[in-house]
Amino acid sequence: MDELFQHFLNAIILGGTYALLGIGLTLIFGIMRVVNFTHGELYAFGAYCMYALVMIFHVNFFLALALAMAMGILMGAALEMLLLNRLRGADIDTTMLVMIGAWIVMQNMEQFIWSGVALSINSPFPANPLVLGPLSVSWNRVYVFIIALALIGATYYLVNRTRLGKAMRATFQDRDTAALMGIRIDRIHTATFALGSGLAAAAGALLGPVFVVTPTMGDLAASKAFAIVILGGLGNITGATLGGFILAFVEELGAGYISSGYRDAMGFLLIILILLMRPTGLFAQKERIG
Amino acid sequence: MATAVFLTGFVVTGAYAQETIKIGVTQPLTGAFAASGNYVAQGAKIAEEEINQAGGVLGKKIQLITEDNKSNPTEAVSTVEKLITKDKVPVLIGAWSSTLTLAVMPKLEEYKVPMIVETSSSGKITTSGNPYIFRISPTSAMEAKAFQPLVKKMGIKKASFLYTNNDFGIGSANEYSNMLKTNGATVGVMETMDPKATDFSAQLAKIKASGSDTLFVTTAVEQLTLILKQAKEQQVKVRIISCGGSNSPDQLIEQAGDAANGSYHTAFFPPWFPEVTKNPEVSKRYMAEWKKRGHNVGGLTEGFRGFDGVYVAVAGIKAAGKAEPEAIRAALWGVTVKGIYGDIHFNKEGPAGKESGQNVPVVYLVTITNGKVVKTSF
Repeated sequence: MDELFQHFLNAIILGGTYALLGIGLTLIFGIMRVVNFTHGELYAFGAYCMYALVMIFHVNFFLALALAMAMGILMGAALEMLLLNRLRGADIDTTMLVMIGAWIVMQNMEQFIWSGVALSINSPFPANPLVLGPLSVSWNRVYVFIIALALIGATYYLVNRTRLGKAMRATFQDRDTAALMGIRIDRIHTATFALGSGLAAAAGALLGPVFVVTPTMGDLAASKAFAIVILGGLGNITGATLGGFILAFVEELGAGYISSGYRDAMGFLLIILILLMRPTGLFAQKERIG
Repeated sequence: MATAVFLTGFVVTGAYAQETIKIGVTQPLTGAFAASGNYVAQGAKIAEEEINQAGGVLGKKIQLITEDNKSNPTEAVSTVEKLITKDKVPVLIGAWSSTLTLAVMPKLEEYKVPMIVETSSSGKITTSGNPYIFRISPTSAMEAKAFQPLVKKMGIKKASFLYTNNDFGIGSANEYSNMLKTNGATVGVMETMDPKATDFSAQLAKIKASGSDTLFVTTAVEQLTLILKQAKEQQVKVRIISCGGSNSPDQLIEQAGDAANGSYHTAFFPPWFPEVTKNPEVSKRYMAEWKKRGHNVGGLTEGFRGFDGVYVAVAGIKAAGKAEPEAIRAALWGVTVKGIYGDIHFNKEGPAGKESGQNVPVVYLVTITNGKVVKTSF
């Protein structure tokens, strides 16, 4: 029984970061229709920023997180303006190839700058875990979970309660009408990509100290993020949040009770099953057609 | 003008090519195993320069041609094909992980070019009947056998396993678990992980529930760091022993900190006490040069594999008297090289008539106490 509760606790904590990765990608995917292969690299970028700030420049750990997220936003905005802006109206294959190229370039740059050796970031949290009876979890992970929930909440607020969010939703529903109503689609695209990238960088900056920082860390994060987005339905923030938690539970329990070697496969198996039954994902919004 | 520059460049390359004997190296310089692959390549480079300063071999300088196999078996096959067909190397060194080495082995047979295997430990590599394989690193079976007397001394009663689900991890876990069973210990749970995974909470919860006193872990240093940290976080109070020798205890101390204390690690070269190695003068020379170049000290336990690999390849070329693959293959059976792995020579292993060469290196067990690597007191 203790083992089961430990699996539950692990899954809830993990689910928070999965949800954070998922909502960033779902915004970009849903609003811009860009298959963003650089999402995982923005995650790695956030982690490397965190490393540089904390371990080289000795910036305060908590301030460093905010700065890493800001750098992620700037990086996202730069990518959007340099690459995607020029590809507006290009077909999806062209955009996809450019994004794959950007992904490879970014990953190789990380290795070129930081070498392939894994780097670790010291955290100010106590080394001894938080112990709850037979269960235990590290303080760092509790912190990650709380910040992840706060960022998810903030994103909800931004999308549902602000003018920018309204414009984003209008663009998502019908970009031509939105453009006719005077919404600057270009700016919405830049803002969306920057926001999604910032969330990915924040996830990387949060998890860097929990795990280690390597140039290939983004690959797994990206494949999980895509899985979560597909699971929750494209462009659906609630879907991505729930999708993140569902994926975490399936992985954790699958690894605990079926086979740990196929931990990462479990989630994808689930996605295949769900897509067979509900091709638009679990929580797809109705989209206006025509 | 452009033509003139091009021609000069061409002539220089042509002349250079005539004077050198090429040795092909395939290593994971990017991708999941990039850290280790680069260390091996750096170690190989040291040997290359040492040999060339001492006059090279057969009156010619040697030239390493190092290709990146990107930690990917498909890419590994392409690198070997390129090195053999385009660069016409008569001997190869590679390919770090067991999966990568197993992937390129059919190509060695197809083109009839020998390869020095510097790191891989899966038993299959030398038992599958490939006469072009000469392995200087120990197999998982040798490691498990060396560990045998320690089962009772360390008081191991019930052990669990956590290993990567690839040729390296599976081979190692099988050898160790069989060895434990024949030495009176029981096996708890056998947990696997994807080589890219970073979160082992589910596996560790299971291992904790199994009531084991010892956990054998087989993977590379990155995952090992995380396992040590996460085992502490989840209060999994077992003795952790890492197998396979790709564990860089220095890096573990730096990155896992306190969580690394009390863990044990098999090592094939102990840079903390080079005097115990079979050829301490070689070990010390290699270490001095490594430090002089400013390479990461944590990489010493990987770099020596490339260093020894080059010396063995060159000894093969020298004994053959010519830089031709078949002659080198035949000559490698007779060489003895005073290396860091010990006095390297090859025993026959695998099906009769198609044997592979296998060296028998010494295996060390070290432990981390108070943030320092020390010899075990068994």
